[in-house]
Amino acid sequence: MTRPVLDVRELTKVYGTGEATVHALRGVSLAVGRGDYVAIMGSSGSGKSTLMNILGALDVPTSGTYLLDGVDVSRLADRQLALARNRLIGFIFQAFNLIPRTTAVANVELPLAYAGVRPRERRRRAMAALELVGLADRARHEPNQLSGGQQQRVAVARALVTEPALLLADEPTGNLDSRSTEDVLEVFDQLSAAGRTIVLITHEPEVGDRAHRLIRLMDGRIVTDRRQRPAPVPAGRHSA
Amino acid sequence: MSFLEVVRFALRGLSANKLRSALTMLGILIGVAAVILLVAVGNGSARAISERIEALGTNTVTVMSAGRGGAESTALTTGIAGALTDPVLAPDVASVSPVVSASASLTYEGAEHEVTSFVGTTPGWFAASNTPVGSGSAFTADDEAQGRRVVVIGRTVAEELFPGVDPVGEQVTVGGALFTVIGVLAEKTSTGFQDANDTAVAPLTAVRQVLTGYGALTSILVEATSPGRVDAVQSEVATILDQRLGVSSSGSAAYRIQNAAQLLQTQTETADTFTTLLGAVAAISLLVGGIGITNIMLVTVTERTREIGIRKALGAPRRVILTQFLIEATLLSVLGGALGVAAALVGSSFEIVGVKPVIVPSSVGLALGVSIAIGLFFGSLPAGRAARLRPIDALRYE
Repeated sequence: MTRPVLDVRELTKVYGTGEATVHALRGVSLAVGRGDYVAIMGSSGSGKSTLMNILGALDVPTSGTYLLDGVDVSRLADRQLALARNRLIGFIFQAFNLIPRTTAVANVELPLAYAGVRPRERRRRAMAALELVGLADRARHEPNQLSGGQQQRVAVARALVTEPALLLADEPTGNLDSRSTEDVLEVFDQLSAAGRTIVLITHEPEVGDRAHRLIRLMDGRIVTDRRQRPAPVPAGRHSA
Repeated sequence: MSFLEVVRFALRGLSANKLRSALTMLGILIGVAAVILLVAVGNGSARAISERIEALGTNTVTVMSAGRGGAESTALTTGIAGALTDPVLAPDVASVSPVVSASASLTYEGAEHEVTSFVGTTPGWFAASNTPVGSGSAFTADDEAQGRRVVVIGRTVAEELFPGVDPVGEQVTVGGALFTVIGVLAEKTSTGFQDANDTAVAPLTAVRQVLTGYGALTSILVEATSPGRVDAVQSEVATILDQRLGVSSSGSAAYRIQNAAQLLQTQTETADTFTTLLGAVAAISLLVGGIGITNIMLVTVTERTREIGIRKALGAPRRVILTQFLIEATLLSVLGGALGVAAALVGSSFEIVGVKPVIVPSSVGLALGVSIAIGLFFGSLPAGRAARLRPIDALRYE
């Protein structure tokens, strides 16, 4: 058994104090192997967004441990946390979150810039990532010149350009029409086939159905964890 | 992540809102330009004052009586003036010119002009006081000895009494006596509030006879052999005068010795105070410009909270975010400062309130340095705020 990419144990998250205390997570334990494609579903308020933010190292848990590619993220200082976000995680947001007035290729290059990659190499890898999501011809377009689906594909390219251990997607199709949803999901299928580890949250059943493993969350706890397709044969991290 | 890269990010941030950036820069521009220009104006007026004082002749000392109304014991007389030309006791004295002066009205063909200083002196005065004759000629030692009624008038007098006429050879009435104009003084820049060109110079004997009588001299102008000997002359003159006037102790001096160099120093100090004051007023506008930078950068950080969140989610370290916003603030102030220097350089080529500004190089350096410091200082608050934002809060910000 190889080391899981993502391994959380007894994760809890409490917001507020006293009367207004909200238990967003009440002890979530979850391990995701390399190359797996996991969908987390749950109604609103089930704690799935909180879980996602913690998995993306954007937020810290109240208690519990979080090992990402073997690194205990919950113990990292600010500087190393930034490094972890940059190297280990590719995050895709519901609202795309591209930097406005900045071309698609510059957006994709951004994480590489923070990683200290040289401009020439950066440009090459950004173009390769855009090629992968089928938007190489839109590289010079700014976000407001792209459709929602195209923006989300640019965001996917930005998330995978650093070759992260884990791709996290927070309702990636939540703001998209059905055709754009199909485009984006196809990209996820391809990435999964290429051996990427993907964790996404959604409330749309057709999105959840395509994943290899479906986890349902309710009131801050995992209620079901069902495998829909066989786990992939463990492969090298950079096999894409 | 290289520094150059961060600068590129900062430039992109600034160019995203050009009008706002330009207006913020304007604040610093005005501040820097005001500091440089006002200091230049102060410096220019100080320069002008010292030039005028130097024009008086820096190698002379003026002896004036401190006593009241020509009391017998302390009055300066021609005898005392003569005593100062002593090669043994006063080897550094080049010339001595006794001076009497009074206000008088000159009339010519019905036109009348009041001269504030009608000077009676000896021919050596023209050279000693650095007052050359422009047209015509000065009077001679012979004129002086004979008490001939001749006069050399200043430029203002010539313009007032003889509009369009060559005054040389004409006759004017002064105190009931006729004086022949034999020359016009070259134009002189004014010292202080008095018009240096509103004067007339005549032989000492003639002026005493007609105007002032044979009382005490107004002053004695003593010329040193070289500007470096002025101090020596001053002490030599003091020695002779103490002897002559019978001053026992240094208690109450019976006379005053005025030295152009001292006058220059006093005036320069005054001008320096003036310059500092102007600079301080201008510095306030620079400070206001700096606060403008903080204000705009705070707005920018608030406006771009989401962008900051995205950058952090993509792995931007705190330091890079801090640097980016600091550089944005510093670029605003530095560009504003540089444009301010340019504006000041252009502005200094014009005359401002009658003064030709003279740029002080150190004020340019100082103003630029201060504007950089302002960017760093006033930018650090908003930049720090941006860097401290938690990514999750920043991303949720609407």
